Amino acid sequence: MTAEYRFAVNVTPKPGILDPQGRAVEGSLDHLGIAGVSAVRVGRRVELSVAAADEAAARAVVERLAAELLSNPLIEAFGVELLQATSSTTSDARAGTAEAGAR
Amino acid sequence: MTVRIGVVVFPGSNCDRDTLHALDLAGAEPLELWHEQASLDGVAGVILPGGFAYGDYLRAGVIARFSPVMRSVAAFANDGGLVLGVCNGFQVLAEAGLVPGALLRNRGLRFLGRDIRIAVEQPDTPFTHLAGPRRPLRLPVAHGEGCFFADPATLDGLERDGQVLFRYVREDGTVAAETDDPANPNGSLRAIAGVRNAAGNVAGLMPHPERASEAVLGSDDGFGLIRSFVASAEAGARSDAGRGLEVIAR
Repeated sequence: MTAEYRFAVNVTPKPGILDPQGRAVEGSLDHLGIAGVSAVRVGRRVELSVAAADEAAARAVVERLAAELLSNPLIEAFGVELLQATSSTTSDARAGTAEAGAR
Repeated sequence: MTVRIGVVVFPGSNCDRDTLHALDLAGAEPLELWHEQASLDGVAGVILPGGFAYGDYLRAGVIARFSPVMRSVAAFANDGGLVLGVCNGFQVLAEAGLVPGALLRNRGLRFLGRDIRIAVEQPDTPFTHLAGPRRPLRLPVAHGEGCFFADPATLDGLERDGQVLFRYVREDGTVAAETDDPANPNGSLRAIAGVRNAAGNVAGLMPHPERASEAVLGSDDGFGLIRSFVASAEAGARSDAGRGLEVIAR
C-alpha cells in the first residue's frame, strides 16, 4: 500500500552568500514607508507530491531531489516540509505540520 | 587533418551557430551534438555554447546537467577530454561540478550585454596558448547570472594552482574591483571571469570569444581562444585522447 505525501522544499541562499534580490527588496521598503525590516533573503519554494510506502521513504526521495537538483549545495541551503499525507486506500488526509521545518 | 569539435545544442542554446562558425574559421570540422544524444561522435573536443539551456529554469544550467549528452560530456571530461563552456555553457559546467564555483545573479541584478575586457591570467594552457600578446581582450558579455562565487578557501586554491584563467580588467589592464566597478560587469569575486578544473582540461568563461572572432564583428580578440582550443584538440587527438596537452601547448 502506498500513500501520497505532499512536500514543500524551501531553498534559500546560504548565510554569507550575496543575495542581490534580497537587497533590492530591502531597498524598496523605504518607498513603502516601512521601517525596521532587515536581513531579507529571497529564495525559492517548490511543492511536490511523492507516492511512497511510508513517510520516511517519501522524505528520502525529496531530500535527494532537493540536494541534487533543487538546490546547489555550494550556494544554497534547503529545508523539507511535509504538507499533507494522503492514504490511497482510505483517503484520510492530515496536515503534517508536526515534522515541518526539520532543517 | 581537420579536427572534429562538437558543439552541444540544448533547447534554448543561442550561440551554437556562432560557435560552429568560429570553429569553421579556425579550421576545425564543427559538429552539432543534440542534447538527447549520448554519443559524442568521436569528437576531439566539446564546446558548450551560450544561451538559455532548458529556459534556465530552476537555476541556469542545472536542468542541462542531467541531459544524456552531458552525461557523456562528463565522462569525456573525466577521461581527459578537452571541454570549454562559454557563458551558459560555463553555468552548465559549474552546475555539473566539472569546474569549480558557482555563477550567481549579477550583483546589479540586471542582464548585461556589452563589451568588457579580460586579462589572460594563464597563457600556457590548452585554452589560451594562442591568445596572442598579453593585453586585455575585448569581448562581449551577455548574461544575468555571471557573478563568480566560491568560498575563500576554494578561491585561494584556484589562485595558487593556476586555475584562474581570466579576470575582468579595466582598459589600462588593472584588475577590476568586486563592487562598483563597471569593468567587473557582474561583481564576480576577485574579478574572476573564467576558471579551469584541477586537471586543466575543462574550462569555462562568461565572456563570448566566438562573438569576437572576426574583425567584422567589431573585435577578433576572442579568435585566439577559439584557435587555442582547436589546436589543442588537434594535438590531443594526435597524441591519443587528449593527454599531454599542456606539454604540446607550450
